[in-house]
Amino acid sequence: MQFDAKIPTGPLAEKWDNYRGKMKLVNPANKKKFNIIVVGTGLAGASASVTLAELGYNIKTFCIQDSPRRAHSIAAQGGINAAKNYPNDADSVWRLFYDTIKGGDFRSREANVYRLAQVSNNIIDQCVAQGVPFAREYGGLLSNRSFGGAQVSRTFYARGQTGQQLLLGAYSSLSRQIAAGKVQLFTRREMVDLVLVDGKARGIIVRNLITGEMERHAADAVILATGGYGNVFYLSTNATSCNVGAVFKAYRKGALFANPSFTQIHPTCIPHTGEYQSKLTLMSESLRNDGRVWVPRNPGDKRRPSQIPEEDRNYYLEEKYPSFGNLVPRDVASRNAKEQCDAGKGVGLTGYAVYLDFADAIKRDGKEVIQKKYGNLFDMYHNIIDEDPYQTPMMIYPASHYTMGGLWVDYELQSNIPGLFVLGEGNFSDHGANRLGASALMQGLADGYFVIPYTIAPYLVESGVSNVTTEHPAFTDAAHQADTAIKKLMSINGKRTADNIHRELGKIMVDHVGMARNESGLKKAVGQIQSLREEFWQNLLVPGTDRDYNLSLQKAGRLADCLEFTELMAVDALARVESCGCHLREESQTEENEALRDDENYRHVAAWEYAGYGKEPKLNKEPLTFENVELTQRSYK
Amino acid sequence: MTHATNTINITLKVWRQKGPRDRGRFETIPVKDIHTHMSFLEMLDVVNERLTLDGKEPVEFDNDCREGICGMCGCVVNGTAHGPEKAMTLCQLHMRKFKNDDTIVVEPFRARAFKVVKDLIIDRSPLDKIIQSGGYVSMNVGGAPDANSIPISQVTAEKAMDAAACIGCGACVAACPNASAMLFVSAKISQLALLPQGRPEAAQRAIDMVRTMDACGFGNCSNERECENVCPKEISIVNIARLNREFFKASFVSDAA
Repeated sequence: MQFDAKIPTGPLAEKWDNYRGKMKLVNPANKKKFNIIVVGTGLAGASASVTLAELGYNIKTFCIQDSPRRAHSIAAQGGINAAKNYPNDADSVWRLFYDTIKGGDFRSREANVYRLAQVSNNIIDQCVAQGVPFAREYGGLLSNRSFGGAQVSRTFYARGQTGQQLLLGAYSSLSRQIAAGKVQLFTRREMVDLVLVDGKARGIIVRNLITGEMERHAADAVILATGGYGNVFYLSTNATSCNVGAVFKAYRKGALFANPSFTQIHPTCIPHTGEYQSKLTLMSESLRNDGRVWVPRNPGDKRRPSQIPEEDRNYYLEEKYPSFGNLVPRDVASRNAKEQCDAGKGVGLTGYAVYLDFADAIKRDGKEVIQKKYGNLFDMYHNIIDEDPYQTPMMIYPASHYTMGGLWVDYELQSNIPGLFVLGEGNFSDHGANRLGASALMQGLADGYFVIPYTIAPYLVESGVSNVTTEHPAFTDAAHQADTAIKKLMSINGKRTADNIHRELGKIMVDHVGMARNESGLKKAVGQIQSLREEFWQNLLVPGTDRDYNLSLQKAGRLADCLEFTELMAVDALARVESCGCHLREESQTEENEALRDDENYRHVAAWEYAGYGKEPKLNKEPLTFENVELTQRSYK
Repeated sequence: MTHATNTINITLKVWRQKGPRDRGRFETIPVKDIHTHMSFLEMLDVVNERLTLDGKEPVEFDNDCREGICGMCGCVVNGTAHGPEKAMTLCQLHMRKFKNDDTIVVEPFRARAFKVVKDLIIDRSPLDKIIQSGGYVSMNVGGAPDANSIPISQVTAEKAMDAAACIGCGACVAACPNASAMLFVSAKISQLALLPQGRPEAAQRAIDMVRTMDACGFGNCSNERECENVCPKEISIVNIARLNREFFKASFVSDAA
């Protein structure tokens, strides 16, 4: 397949200006003739809906929850990066760009990442003007904190609820556009198919989750901002409704899926306690600014943490990485935690946890200061684990958190299907093989507020106003197929619920497609996923009917997608016989067990093409060229 | 986690209602062997798994993030919205707060403005309508000045943040004898009235949002303070006092109608 990333010409720092200066514009009077569908109301979807509506386009916005304010961006705790350099610590657009591309282990595009760093400052301005209550210094100016993977303080935050405040900012602007009639909002709708007419994205089919009806919506362009797929691991920090469905449906219609195996395992989550566990709760990575990570030096040391003297404690991150210490990037922190636990040094009930200790920080700054910074996180931990982290060190363990992989998009955030745009976590473009902390919020809002409003225009100009209506046979067929798929799920009438099968899938993924991967494990995973898929279609049990609210049925539909998609993840991980960022192939490590890249053979984006149910997908490669940065082996020592 | 895990047996009395037009009823479900480390929603998951395997329909309830921030979950548990613990959403309530042989009554958030969708799920879209009537700063993307050109004292920023922490769950409405949404409305009005960015529209906002609240069928505030008591984010009724001041001031401002 031929595909072009459409990187603008010129020096890196001028590409975005060049693009904007030369792009085709939609005449202001013509904007109201275009209808655009936006699926998802997280940071990317809400900000895109808002900005496009303000420009004059007619927007239809869809969300899966009862209100657009609930999208999972709301749960992001720590902060949002920008290259403002307010602390005067030598930050710059270049440095943010460089940190991001290095953090992603040189598996993302220079041009996209540079643009992200460029617009980062506008995001902070925009959010402040909306009334987002960022943390401030006594003098009234904005406060910054540092975050993993960077040596400058560039993270803006609103207590431990930054995602909530940014999302509510976007939601309030969205509400204003709804009131103005420029955005039509559809809640409790799940996208079940993408409709193509003459090879272009012309609409979607959504299932009304309250009535079970299939609804058709036509438009001139479709924007997917449906988030990531961390829930394939069953236990993750994602919300329960996060799913791969929308982007997977697009993949089945021909959109390329890029780097599906690139998933981030977040190092600081609350460890799990039992089989009934439904999710893992993330504790903001900002905790690593003041907490010290350690395990007992001797395997099997079962003493309570307070009884373990300094000399018997192993502050393994500080020892191994003297310059970054507890602030190494997420993948490094996660892998090291697993390594310590695998060596028998883990703590807690399951032996799969490490300590995050605030005793020194409390001694240094006083309890009040720590409480002010992390109070809500400490309370949350105390409530879930029933231990007071001011007294006893926290226990943490890595959990699936973010997916860098996503639908392939070009510089305009357009997929290889004309008219289909993908924003936020749903695309693959900016974080390479590993995302740095506080960069997801930045990317979501960059895509929605400052990129798509420009980059959608050339497509609309070229393609013109569509005359396709929902009466077109493509809509009838897609709606019919979606309904048939639902009926099929209802008719199996087996003995296992979707949750039960999903839990088994999660275990396969954690064991073989998680923090460390190898050829035999990945091959085993492919086999296990295939047989679990068989089991699903033979033995699924869905209660109730398909004509009213039925969460079990929704979960079954999402799991059906997962059971195909996870195989693609494993196949991608198998094909990439190098380590990079979060993707650690055990066959490719340095002597110190760090990820060892193979730039000669794998300096590319793996863009997978659907070949039909049960058929091996086709691998396309977009070579990555680095003209401005030198590819180095990441080192945080 | 260093504590031993215990199991308890409980009896659920849970509200079942097929749809907005169904009258609804309580169903009694005996539930055995519940781990005390489970969250309340994980207990409901276990109940639903068992009901499904028994060929019965599971109890539908809204939930999403399960970490207390999305505002999607919430039921009245033993008469209290979000259950017995202070400052906590239902998803953060753990079964260790209950005793063996407890009977636990679970109902949806009830209010004239919230229609029951099914079982414990309600329609909270009237809260969105209130925000649509003015819960924003009217500025378009692109025209914002440098973020540090608007200094805001730390005290003011913290107060605004206290109000902005509202998760829109609707517990305040469910707890209020008048089913008023005043705490919800006042949280947004306070946040924006405290900040300089929100001042230019403060008067019109107060009038529009209060009017919309009334039109949606929410009741009035009669200072019962039940809302504050159940709010998982501890939004204070000081915000209602601020709303009242803003609303009162607005009636003297000539350009607000």
